[in-house]
Amino acid sequence: MVATAGAQKVDENLDTFPRLLIRHGQVRPTRTAMREKDLGIWQSWTWAEVLQNARALACGLAALGFGRGDRLAIVGDNRPRLYWAMAAAQMLGGIPVPMYQDAVAEEMAFVLEDAGVRIAVVEDQEQVDKLLEIKERCATLTHILYDDARGLRHYRQPFLVGLDEVIAAGRIHDQNQPDFLDQEIAKGDGNDVAIMLYTSGTTGKPKGVCQTHRALIAAASGGCAFDGLGENDEVLSYLPMAWVGDNLFSYAEALVAGFTVNCPESGETVMNDMREIGPTFYFAPPRVFENLLTQVMIRMEDAGRIKRWLFDYFMGVARRCGAEILDKRAVPLRDRLLYALGEVLIYGPLRNVLGMSRIRVAYTAGAAIGPDLFRFYRSIGINLKQLYGQTETCAYVCLQPDGQVKLDTVGPPAPGVEIKIAEHGEILVRSPTLLKEYYRQPEATAEAIDAEGFFHTGDAGFIDSDGHLKIIDRAKDVGRLKNGAMFAPNYIENKLKFFPYIKEAVAFGHEREMVCAFINIDMGAVGNWAERRGIPYSGYVDLAGKKEVLDLIQQCVEQVNAELSADGQMAATQIHRFLVLHKELDPDDDELTRTRKVRRRFIAEKYAILVDALYGGKASQYIETEVKFEDGRRGKVAADLVIRNAKVFPQRTNDGATNR
Amino acid sequence: MGRQIGEVILDLKNISLSFGGVKALSDISFDVREHEIRAIIGPNGAGKSSMLNVINGVYRPQQGEIVLRGEHFANMTPARAARAGIARTFQNLALFKGMTVLDNIMAGRNLQMRANLFQQAIWFGPARREELAHRAKVEEIIDFLEIQHIRKVPVGRLPYGLQKRVDLGRALAMEPQILLLDEPMAGMNVEEKQDMCRFILDINDQFGTTIVLIEHDMGVVMDISDRVVVLDYGRKIGDGAPDEVRANPDVIRAYLGTSN
Repeated sequence: MVATAGAQKVDENLDTFPRLLIRHGQVRPTRTAMREKDLGIWQSWTWAEVLQNARALACGLAALGFGRGDRLAIVGDNRPRLYWAMAAAQMLGGIPVPMYQDAVAEEMAFVLEDAGVRIAVVEDQEQVDKLLEIKERCATLTHILYDDARGLRHYRQPFLVGLDEVIAAGRIHDQNQPDFLDQEIAKGDGNDVAIMLYTSGTTGKPKGVCQTHRALIAAASGGCAFDGLGENDEVLSYLPMAWVGDNLFSYAEALVAGFTVNCPESGETVMNDMREIGPTFYFAPPRVFENLLTQVMIRMEDAGRIKRWLFDYFMGVARRCGAEILDKRAVPLRDRLLYALGEVLIYGPLRNVLGMSRIRVAYTAGAAIGPDLFRFYRSIGINLKQLYGQTETCAYVCLQPDGQVKLDTVGPPAPGVEIKIAEHGEILVRSPTLLKEYYRQPEATAEAIDAEGFFHTGDAGFIDSDGHLKIIDRAKDVGRLKNGAMFAPNYIENKLKFFPYIKEAVAFGHEREMVCAFINIDMGAVGNWAERRGIPYSGYVDLAGKKEVLDLIQQCVEQVNAELSADGQMAATQIHRFLVLHKELDPDDDELTRTRKVRRRFIAEKYAILVDALYGGKASQYIETEVKFEDGRRGKVAADLVIRNAKVFPQRTNDGATNR
Repeated sequence: MGRQIGEVILDLKNISLSFGGVKALSDISFDVREHEIRAIIGPNGAGKSSMLNVINGVYRPQQGEIVLRGEHFANMTPARAARAGIARTFQNLALFKGMTVLDNIMAGRNLQMRANLFQQAIWFGPARREELAHRAKVEEIIDFLEIQHIRKVPVGRLPYGLQKRVDLGRALAMEPQILLLDEPMAGMNVEEKQDMCRFILDINDQFGTTIVLIEHDMGVVMDISDRVVVLDYGRKIGDGAPDEVRANPDVIRAYLGTSN
């Protein structure tokens, strides 16, 4: 492990984001800083313009009474003006609090109250409506500023102001008294809190993670140096602004390296926009890579025979040597030639369709990525790597270096990061990128960061012989079967989810005699599979209950069991019984977090009757479940769920590591 | 609501229409005020679609006349209706299935295009400038209806709910003063219906477009309309604000059932 000393050192004169922005305004004023597709055309802003706009907005905010230490909520899709609002708040010494735009009003109320938000900057009417609903309860909230005025013409509330107006007023103010803002920026300190990001609340209520300018800039400069990111890079910013990854890649790293941030036209156009922009640096959670691959596979299955044959043949070649070629390892000449041919016929065009032609570095994190999935992207020449981190560490703990990418680890510690494994297997991290504190929660902060300055990640893992970190599960989720065997539910669920037909899975087994599982089918993949076989179905519930679908899922489960049987200590945790759920697990029903992690305990309680049926040896179970629709109405779904037994395999003693 | 409902913009006087011996409409009169949302409801075969077809000149009534902004039209034709600022959507959609969403909506601009065939063919000077201006307008509509993601998708490949939205976009591209909607929510699920309601209200609110719509879904009609006309077997049996209509015993009998 080589720790580049420079990676974590923060220049004293450039230790806050406003100072970085001012420098870009001076050093590269005419280079493009941001783009957004609007009315079908990519609009761009140079660094000088972004600086001017952020300054104007800052002055406008100050005129509304926003000042040092105040919190500014930011709610909406990735829009340039919302990023400017972030910079504007920081210029005044305030703290931006980006929030998940798809959260319901109730969830927002919690964050608004907890953070004591003073002004909220929101994207559109949808968000304004949500905030109006809960404004009464947030005593500190004085103004709501909106970006898109559509539908808001008749809103008469005096505290509702258009962002345009605020910027226009601020611009005049800034021109008349530029000293005011310069002084405010000069007051800023690298150890000030730069941003508050709320944890997803997988465990209890969300907590506000306070990150300083210094920590974020350390993480960003570390990351940029690690992958050689510079002003020529392009990134597509499409992940929720409330998520630490977006803050790191689209804001902090952009401000450190001076590259261009591109905002898509809308959430649904991301694929198209990506193709038009051709980002060089890309981040996506495994789920996105999975969806892309599923789409490719579905379309390939519908393609003509010659195309399908070509695809299958060259994907075979890529599987054999693609990843090795990417890692610049020795590959037989024949394979190398075939790969070159495949590059022309298949891989190049495929990367182009995916909008990944120009990608130099792509990262994934947030959940385990399937080995097949991971290999697929690497084998077609996309330098996809994994990283490991959490909100509390600025998403910066481990990074996979080029040429040392392994499927089942997340790489060695990133420059400047120290890792220790506690006795019970928990991963501990010490680095300059750690959080300052959880907002107004000294006990939680003390619990998370120990006396030696190590942050307790809550993840269980170990460091392998190459010094790479391998994550198994959440430390608290790792349980034991009645016979004492280690039970890592996430590990099993991930293996299941690596099948395109399985969208979500929930494994049970702690203090039980065997492992059982709930399965959620992937409507797209299974639907297409059923259509091609002429299996009629009327909807999700119907499809999920089809005998043929159950057979299909059973095959998947049994394949996982076969793998587990060869996986050393995991062999005892093969899945004995399973059922396919009648509804999709949904964040709106609190079954998943907003980042789409399963809330295992909540699910176990909600579907206790199903768990009992699994362990009670029943062959089927009737259940009625209440669901919440997007508009807030409620309804019921009911189904008679069939419970299947899966074949289990005797433990195989040959070495544990399997890469299928 | 901020929009001001204005004077009568469209007045239908004693309209009667029959096909051979079948009387589709008999002696129907009602008016539409500027900026309002006016609904026509009634059971199947009540004459709702016929009424809409009379307004935009597809059918010519045997009796009665249409007064549009004070101008009398004894025989309206679709072309005259279009020029007079009346656009419509269709129950069975009127889109070019093989063309993209963008091109379909662009087709709705046809009436506003001035360049001649020759200029358009070589895409020169005025034709080019004109197309850019029209494209900008169409992009506004695409943005308004939130269909950016399907801009370049052939209409035939879209689900029904989205096709309806595109049909609405095509009608909007005319920048109509009066928009006739023929069952805009038929065959949609709850979510799509809500979206459509929002679009109708937004169109009415933002562009001040007068809207005449036919709808089956009573809930929707009562929620978004300013005034409702009720037809039954080609006769008008009720006319007024949603609440009045709902309380009208004739309407209850004809439309909502006879039990009470």
